[in-house]
Amino acid sequence: MKANHETPPFMKANQETPLLFRKHRAEEWIGRIYTTFCVALLIVIIVSIVYFVASKGVSTFAVNGVSLSGFLFGQNWQPDSDKFGALPFIFGSFVTSLLAAVIASPLSVCAALFMTEITPNWGKKVLQPVVELLAGIPSVVYGFIGLSVLVPFLRSVFPGQGIGVAAGSIVLSIMILPTITSIATDALASLPRNLKEASYGLGATRWQTISGVVIPTVLPSILTGVVLGMARAFGEALAVQMVIGNAPHIPSSLFESASTLTSVITLNMSNTVMGSVQNNALWSMALILLLMTFVFVLVVRLLERRTKI
Amino acid sequence: MTDILRTEELKIYYGQNEAVKGVDLTFTENSVTALIGPSGCGKSTFLRALNRMNDEIPGSRMTGNIWIDGKNINAPDTDVTVLRQNIGMVWQRPNPFYKSIYANIAFGPKYHGVRNKAELDNIVEDSLRKAALWDEVKDRLHTSALSLSGGQQQRLCIARALSVQPKILLLDEPASALDPVSTAKIEETILQLKEQLCIVIVTHNMQQAARISGHTAYFYMGRLVEYDKTEKIFTNPSDPMTQEYISGRFG
Ligand SMILES: Nc1ncnc2c1ncn2[C@@H]1O[C@H](COP(=O)(O)OP(=O)(O)OP(=O)(O)O)[C@@H](O)[C@H]1O
Ligand SMILES: [Mg+2]
Repeated sequence: MKANHETPPFMKANQETPLLFRKHRAEEWIGRIYTTFCVALLIVIIVSIVYFVASKGVSTFAVNGVSLSGFLFGQNWQPDSDKFGALPFIFGSFVTSLLAAVIASPLSVCAALFMTEITPNWGKKVLQPVVELLAGIPSVVYGFIGLSVLVPFLRSVFPGQGIGVAAGSIVLSIMILPTITSIATDALASLPRNLKEASYGLGATRWQTISGVVIPTVLPSILTGVVLGMARAFGEALAVQMVIGNAPHIPSSLFESASTLTSVITLNMSNTVMGSVQNNALWSMALILLLMTFVFVLVVRLLERRTKI
Repeated sequence: MTDILRTEELKIYYGQNEAVKGVDLTFTENSVTALIGPSGCGKSTFLRALNRMNDEIPGSRMTGNIWIDGKNINAPDTDVTVLRQNIGMVWQRPNPFYKSIYANIAFGPKYHGVRNKAELDNIVEDSLRKAALWDEVKDRLHTSALSLSGGQQQRLCIARALSVQPKILLLDEPASALDPVSTAKIEETILQLKEQLCIVIVTHNMQQAARISGHTAYFYMGRLVEYDKTEKIFTNPSDPMTQEYISGRFG
């Protein structure tokens, strides 16, 4: 090989870059400080909210001496005579969000399958924006429509006043439809094409491929969507409150009036005095909501870990 | 040797683009045929036509005839599920289902009506043995197929294709993503499968084509340039274009 005494071009370039390096280092620091600051701010906000809710919520039991088991399992809610049984509301929240998930999940998964597997083009151009629009409608609108369309319908078909658990669940299910649908759609769209080919190549039909390969493969993601949808239903206040009837007892049928944790909080917060036991009891319910959110986040985390088999 | 598969004037289009421009080829039982040619010349397209996998690609069309067992499968009333059971396929990149090793193999037979557990067990063992994978996985049949190495995954895909007892096996560059050891294993598997099957393999590896195939077809720009005994193609091709390609002067 011929000897070469010239500095190779890549070495030359290196000698001229110290200045450039310094400039980038400054940028790096600014970025670092800025992002650290934002994260710190976020953490401070979250920690203070949790601390605030927790201290208020706990003082119902620690300061006002309400019994914890009486609160969690008691069925008698009469704040004025110091009876704080919140079970009907806990029950109402769980039942409505579970029912909403049960109603919405099959619909969402089918819609997602339709958009990705059956009509990919049309699905992406028309249906997906429609679903996203659905997600943007304010909850008061859902409640309003529920009250003026759904409730009269339920009243005319089923026994009771129309308002109640069924109405609440249905309104919630429509509200969480877009959440589950868009997560399921993303999961389905990101499914490697060659998995479907493998199934077709074995002679499976489209339906067999969908039920045997597509859905099982994206199931953890779909479940993530369902859990997030349930979390949204669990925390939704306004729309439910408008159609559920707000009776403080455990309903014995789907068409009976009931309450949820959120609806009780929104209805009563302005009628209580800060620091009173009545007010603290509402904070205890808020604490339950907060804890449930943690549980939902935890479940999603676990599911996400499973996705990466 | 009896002919099992024959294409006549096979043309395949993607929209307006004619990717395969009238190919006549015949494949016989218990043989390995290699399809070679530069990238984009239509080898995969031709291969996928043989089990109608191109149907799944929007905008693709095909004209001409494909005869198998005296039936033209390029007819609208062909049951593609039965066709694909008879003509298995393995792709370039291993694509095991996100399931256990066992479930990967049992998937096809289940859909073709095998319900009996003992029978499924037999099929799983038999297919894995044919694909030379049994000894490596027999103790962990119920672990995820994704925990296997790339080469093992590819042999799993071959086993999966064999699970529905195909008569013909289509392989699209099955070893191009694998190391030499795995490649050698796959080639060994192919040579053993030849005793029972008609195998069509697309490959860019000339040595591989020479090692395992009885006949070789050279494709160029959607046309079949030359088809002959592999020996003949690699020692004394009649077409100068083939000569250039196999001696590595272009492609
Ligand atoms: N899904 C598709 N849609 C449109 N055109 C396609 C599609 N698949 C292949 N083609 C076109 O058809 C022609 C043949 O492609 P094909 O994949 O059959 O080539 P190949 O010989 O297998 O190449 P390689 O060796 O790179 O795999 C190419 O021009 C390609 O652009
Ligand atoms: Mg190809």
